[in-house]
Amino acid sequence: MFEFCADPSVLTGGKWLSCYLTTGKHFLFYQSFLVVLLLLAITAPTALAFGFGGAVLARSRIRPVSWIGKVYISAVRGVPDIAFFLFFVIALDQGIEFLRHQVVCPDWTDPIRQGNDFIVCDAAKTPQNASPQIFHDIYGFALAILTYAIVFGAFAANVLFGAMRAVPKTQLETAWAYGMTGRQTFWRILVPQMWVYALPGLSNLWMVLIKATPLLFLLGIEDIVYWARELGGTKQAKFSDYPHGDWRIWYFLFLLVFYLAFTKFSEVFLDRVMKRLTHGQATLGGAS
Amino acid sequence: MSCWETITDYGLRSIGIGERLLPKTDFTLCQQFTLIGSGLIWNIYFGVLALLIGFFIANAMALGKASANPLLRKPAELFILVFRGSPLFIQFFLAYFIFLRMKQAGVLPFLTVAQWGALVVLVLNTAAYSAEIFYGAYKSVPKGEVEAADAYGLSGWAKFSRIIWPTQMRLAWPGYTNEAIFLFHATTLVFFSGFPTWRQQGDALYYAQYFADKTFNPFIPYPILAMYFVLLTLVIIAGFGIVNRYLNRHLAPEARKKLRYRPQIIR
Repeated sequence: MFEFCADPSVLTGGKWLSCYLTTGKHFLFYQSFLVVLLLLAITAPTALAFGFGGAVLARSRIRPVSWIGKVYISAVRGVPDIAFFLFFVIALDQGIEFLRHQVVCPDWTDPIRQGNDFIVCDAAKTPQNASPQIFHDIYGFALAILTYAIVFGAFAANVLFGAMRAVPKTQLETAWAYGMTGRQTFWRILVPQMWVYALPGLSNLWMVLIKATPLLFLLGIEDIVYWARELGGTKQAKFSDYPHGDWRIWYFLFLLVFYLAFTKFSEVFLDRVMKRLTHGQATLGGAS
Repeated sequence: MSCWETITDYGLRSIGIGERLLPKTDFTLCQQFTLIGSGLIWNIYFGVLALLIGFFIANAMALGKASANPLLRKPAELFILVFRGSPLFIQFFLAYFIFLRMKQAGVLPFLTVAQWGALVVLVLNTAAYSAEIFYGAYKSVPKGEVEAADAYGLSGWAKFSRIIWPTQMRLAWPGYTNEAIFLFHATTLVFFSGFPTWRQQGDALYYAQYFADKTFNPFIPYPILAMYFVLLTLVIIAGFGIVNRYLNRHLAPEARKKLRYRPQIIR
């Protein structure tokens, strides 16, 4: 990075540190923070969409449809989320390969599950074995996002389902009295009003989502936890230009502070949004 | 091998009793049920002990946070902020590396073992989350009850232990039930963060993942795990429901707070 970093062994103090913190691997570490932010940026709206869909299904007047929604909401809640993460990453991967297998190789006769193996034809391998590493990374990341969206979608569905029920009945009855159709009532009356009831639950969910991002590590992504372990571990002078002892404590302390700052910042921001949204509402929050 | 033999071999495998080697090939359903159930012993161990110890710390912290004295309030606020504001996963890693450093210095070397070290982290973590619940309940104790206590001449410890604390617990109980459920779910993280497993003695999720890895089929071990956890959740709800009824026994039936299952998911 800097000119004086050419021979790290003669450096000391601040200069050594500034060279150490700008090595190529450290840039990968900093990049992984962007990966976390990217995950949040993509997952939050996707999970919200899943949640909206789940809530609409659960509200349906057709019994079997509402069961689907309710099972989706409650199944994810009774079981540890980590189990879902570990499950979906493999299950989604196998599901995708299975579907492609059906389409690409219709004349394949061998069973797909042979003992302890899961075998699909080469053309159905996702991503293709020969494709460059970047596609494997993107595929892995996409699976992780989908997993997060499914799990957090269920929680969002729960929040939105509650919020839709919290909208005063009289509002909906007024809409009916004005001759609005079901669809119009839903989109023009119910949906705009439900957000203020959903916001406390959704902000809680956002905090939880932030705190769930280090679990990316368990899904096999090279995330901040991976790099903190990698960079913090003891480095011998033989293998590294910057030998040091076991610094994992400091790296993980840094991660802890990062998450504390992130959740604190979110809390302050969401409180402001809540104040603005409840402004003028006939609730306790809006009265002041 | 009959299923009964499998149960006697592997039923207590997670605490080191029975067959030393885990099954390697030809996995049967019975083996999966037995080993995952055996791992559940650790989840229950961590959950029960962390709840019991954390309950007392949480009460102290809640009082600290409600205290007018900044010397008590500030540390309690910081404790709650740190443990609630950061992921449990990171807390496990950080704690493990701190314990490792302590072991090298000869201080409390047993903390690098999951059953002690992870328990410490879980205790502190649940204490922080519960303290926030108890603090919220403390703030919602009706003024009238406190004034009535004053009118009867109760003060200090008698006022707190007979009037404030019982009401505080009654108000906090539904939230605390969710926290308990959630804590049991969080115990599955222990063996996936820093803490090493010793002789493959892991928790339910550890064995579920073992089977999923070996058979490359996630559709059997994870649903078994899910079933165990749903059962565990039902037991917790029933147990806390008994306490809830006890706490609400003086109220008219319609005024009683129902336990509602609203978990907060991951920490």
